[in-house]
Amino acid sequence: MSSERTARDGMRSVAPLAIAVLAFGVAFGVLARGTGMGPVAPVVMSLTTFAGSAQFAAVTVLGSGGSAATAIVAAALLNARYAPIGVTVAPFMHGSVWSRFLHAQLIVDESWAIAAEGDGRWNPRVLLGAGAGIYVAWVGGTTIGVIFGDLIGDPNRLGLDAAFPALFLALLAPQVRTRTSVAAAVLGAAIALALTPFTPAGVPIVAASVACLIGLVAEDRP
Amino acid sequence: MSATTTWIVVAGAAIATMALKAVGPVVLGGRPLPDRLTRIVTLLGPALLAALVATATFAVDRELVLDERLAGVGAAVVALWFRAPVLVVVIVAAATTAVLRAVA
Repeated sequence: MSSERTARDGMRSVAPLAIAVLAFGVAFGVLARGTGMGPVAPVVMSLTTFAGSAQFAAVTVLGSGGSAATAIVAAALLNARYAPIGVTVAPFMHGSVWSRFLHAQLIVDESWAIAAEGDGRWNPRVLLGAGAGIYVAWVGGTTIGVIFGDLIGDPNRLGLDAAFPALFLALLAPQVRTRTSVAAAVLGAAIALALTPFTPAGVPIVAASVACLIGLVAEDRP
Repeated sequence: MSATTTWIVVAGAAIATMALKAVGPVVLGGRPLPDRLTRIVTLLGPALLAALVATATFAVDRELVLDERLAGVGAAVVALWFRAPVLVVVIVAAATTAVLRAVA
């Protein structure tokens, strides 16, 4: 049944997340405009980079006087997790190299989580539909933030920084149905927190990938 | 900051991100992973999502802090426990944090 989910199903499942992502996009637009990037660059960045946390990081580095190289490295580190994430969905992406390249650009945490079928399978059509929904919300939100930034003020006043982990928690919940997956989650969180004081942002997340190696030693029971 | 710096960052971040997202699908596309690797990548979701939850809850740059975000995430856990829809979970977290900030 679930393997027959379509792109439309992906869009439908992602709708509530897209509303949250729209709010994050607004927050990004406000922040980026406030650092003096002008109105066009933040929107172009959302169109071409399409990765929330990395864009926040790059703009924050620029805003605090960091160099272009530092900002780009920060973005790349925060997005390094997309290399292993891309490997997970690769077996299910068919078509030409160009089609796979473009399809891969719709991978974000939200679309990847929704496209998971369990058992190590991902649905490429759901990934496409969910990714497209998030893309529209992210770019639209950024545009709104850039234009109406002065009216909105500080987004964290509205608790948006807590909405972010809550969203990821909601994505995590359906993926921790077995003892081994709970262990991987706990270990991943522990690794990330342990490294936070010692490494640049993004490195703790990538390092947390190591937690999935417990799949080699643990036998999976529900 | 100069316009040149801005556009260098926009281009650099885009190229790096596109490459990172595409490397798996372009190099390995359409071919099944070995069984052992499948067992590992299945656990990548829980590991990475939990790491994102943890850092977004506790980290400010390189410091770990306890602030109003934790109360918001706690409220989100309760909402998830009662099987609230995702949007409700997110709003409950934001509202809890915003209210605590307003009264603090």
